[in-house]
Amino acid sequence: MPSTLFTEAPHWGWLIVFYFFLGGIAGGAYFLAALMDLFGRPTDRPLARLGYLIAFPLVIVCGLLLIVDLSRPERFWHMLIQVNTFRPMFKAYSPMSFGSWGVLLFGAFSFLSFLGAFGEGDASRWPALRVFRGPGILGVVITVLGGLFAVFLAGYTGVLLSVTNRPIWADTTLLGLTFLISGASTAAALLILLGWRRRTTLTGLRALERFDSWLLVFELVALIALVFSLGEIARLWLGLWGALLLFGVVGLGIVLPLLVHWRPRAFGTASAPIAAVLVLVGGFLLRVVIVLSSEGA
Amino acid sequence: MAEPMGFFTDTTVCIGCKACEVACKQWNQLPAAKGGLNSLSGDSYDNTRRLDGLHWRHVKFVEQFTPDRSEGRWLLMSDVCKHCVQAGCLEVCPTGAIFRTEFDTVVIQSDVCNGCRDCIGACPFGVIGINPASGTAQKCTLCYDRMQAGLVPACAKACPTESIQFGTIAELKKRAAARVQRLQGQGEKRAYLYGADDKMLGGLNAFFLLVDRPEIYGLPPDPKMPSRNLTSSSLWATLGAIGIGVLGLISFRHRGDRDA
Repeated sequence: MPSTLFTEAPHWGWLIVFYFFLGGIAGGAYFLAALMDLFGRPTDRPLARLGYLIAFPLVIVCGLLLIVDLSRPERFWHMLIQVNTFRPMFKAYSPMSFGSWGVLLFGAFSFLSFLGAFGEGDASRWPALRVFRGPGILGVVITVLGGLFAVFLAGYTGVLLSVTNRPIWADTTLLGLTFLISGASTAAALLILLGWRRRTTLTGLRALERFDSWLLVFELVALIALVFSLGEIARLWLGLWGALLLFGVVGLGIVLPLLVHWRPRAFGTASAPIAAVLVLVGGFLLRVVIVLSSEGA
Repeated sequence: MAEPMGFFTDTTVCIGCKACEVACKQWNQLPAAKGGLNSLSGDSYDNTRRLDGLHWRHVKFVEQFTPDRSEGRWLLMSDVCKHCVQAGCLEVCPTGAIFRTEFDTVVIQSDVCNGCRDCIGACPFGVIGINPASGTAQKCTLCYDRMQAGLVPACAKACPTESIQFGTIAELKKRAAARVQRLQGQGEKRAYLYGADDKMLGGLNAFFLLVDRPEIYGLPPDPKMPSRNLTSSSLWATLGAIGIGVLGLISFRHRGDRDA
């Protein structure tokens, strides 16, 4: 019998499911915005701006979700400061410790980029804020560093689950990869959804749709590899969780959006937002299945 | 540093009296679950059910009987935190609340813990739980306060059959090896030690004498450190990040006026 079945659940419930989902989108959106800013076309700039504008509010929500989920929320700062010495608290080999700093630093960089994006608004009264966004050197440095923390935020949550002794989570090493792909994919979907009505971003949107299609294919491959890597513990997914994974995550969240991307005309003018909503639903269900199926085991 | 100290629990002499559970609760001032309105589990005489934040000792009752109950035996075992030499809980704790004492035991500081519960999922034995009274993760401290005063932990002091023995790890290992030899000499060939050598998590400072497979007692056959997955998990995620970065670069790259 696998040894992970002899452990106790940490009771990470819906708050953590939402954190994993929104954290993936926040990190993914910033990462995509950074890629578009650094390597994209000038016409993609409004789309990248959208990425910065959603990343910061989302990471604030993420921080609040994490704090509220603690059994002693008023002690959240114990993650960052040693209580007895008031020195920084950091353990490189503890994903939660690493992650606490990651969320904080990503919050800082996404705040600066948010200011930069805000300053670029048509009617902005603070044009000086534009310095926080490229092409100036300060803006580029913020974008590069923020982009690194963004990709960390989108993926570390899966690594955190694997560095436990719980069934499913600790029985595979592919959760970080899967969450990362899903984070980028759901972020692309949200950007497509929000940017859909802007004609100026049409080429950017098409690039995002192509990008998301490839990510969905990679996510499907990662999920299949994940199920195989679980070995005999995969039997925990025989039943409701397996059905949700197969029909919700794979069917609704991966295969159907791929079909829409492949034959957009069959779904009319709303094909892009339909596919985006499906991808978002699938990304959320992925976190539900991964987190709650182990919690109940 | 003082000499490593711990428990040797000889399950073959446990009589299931639960004096250890009571002594532990009394000394550590652990409240009753659900305000004392505890229901019967229906699982033999075990109404404690599991180790958690309110129960730091747990006497397990395993009934092995034939269907007509004409033959059989009881397996009784007082379970406790193993105070692993390589402790998963200590490894993942992001606040530094969990530390290793001068006695080589593992203790959670309740005034530092913020209840993130990472240690609960990281413990290979399912020992830790949230104590609703404090809102923090708690488990056996091996009576750190009593040990500092030169006293024997409450459970070992209360045990009437010396099933729970307290002492230096070196002395306990000698006693345990002699006990296994004696039992085997008497015909109990199934007797063996669980967690006494350093192959299991560097050694368990609370180890057990068992007469059946670990799973029968609700113990993992092959407990591991949570960090076993850290490197490969991080590598896969990093590879994914590079892949997504390259894919993004190809998708968004500046292509001049070709498709403008």
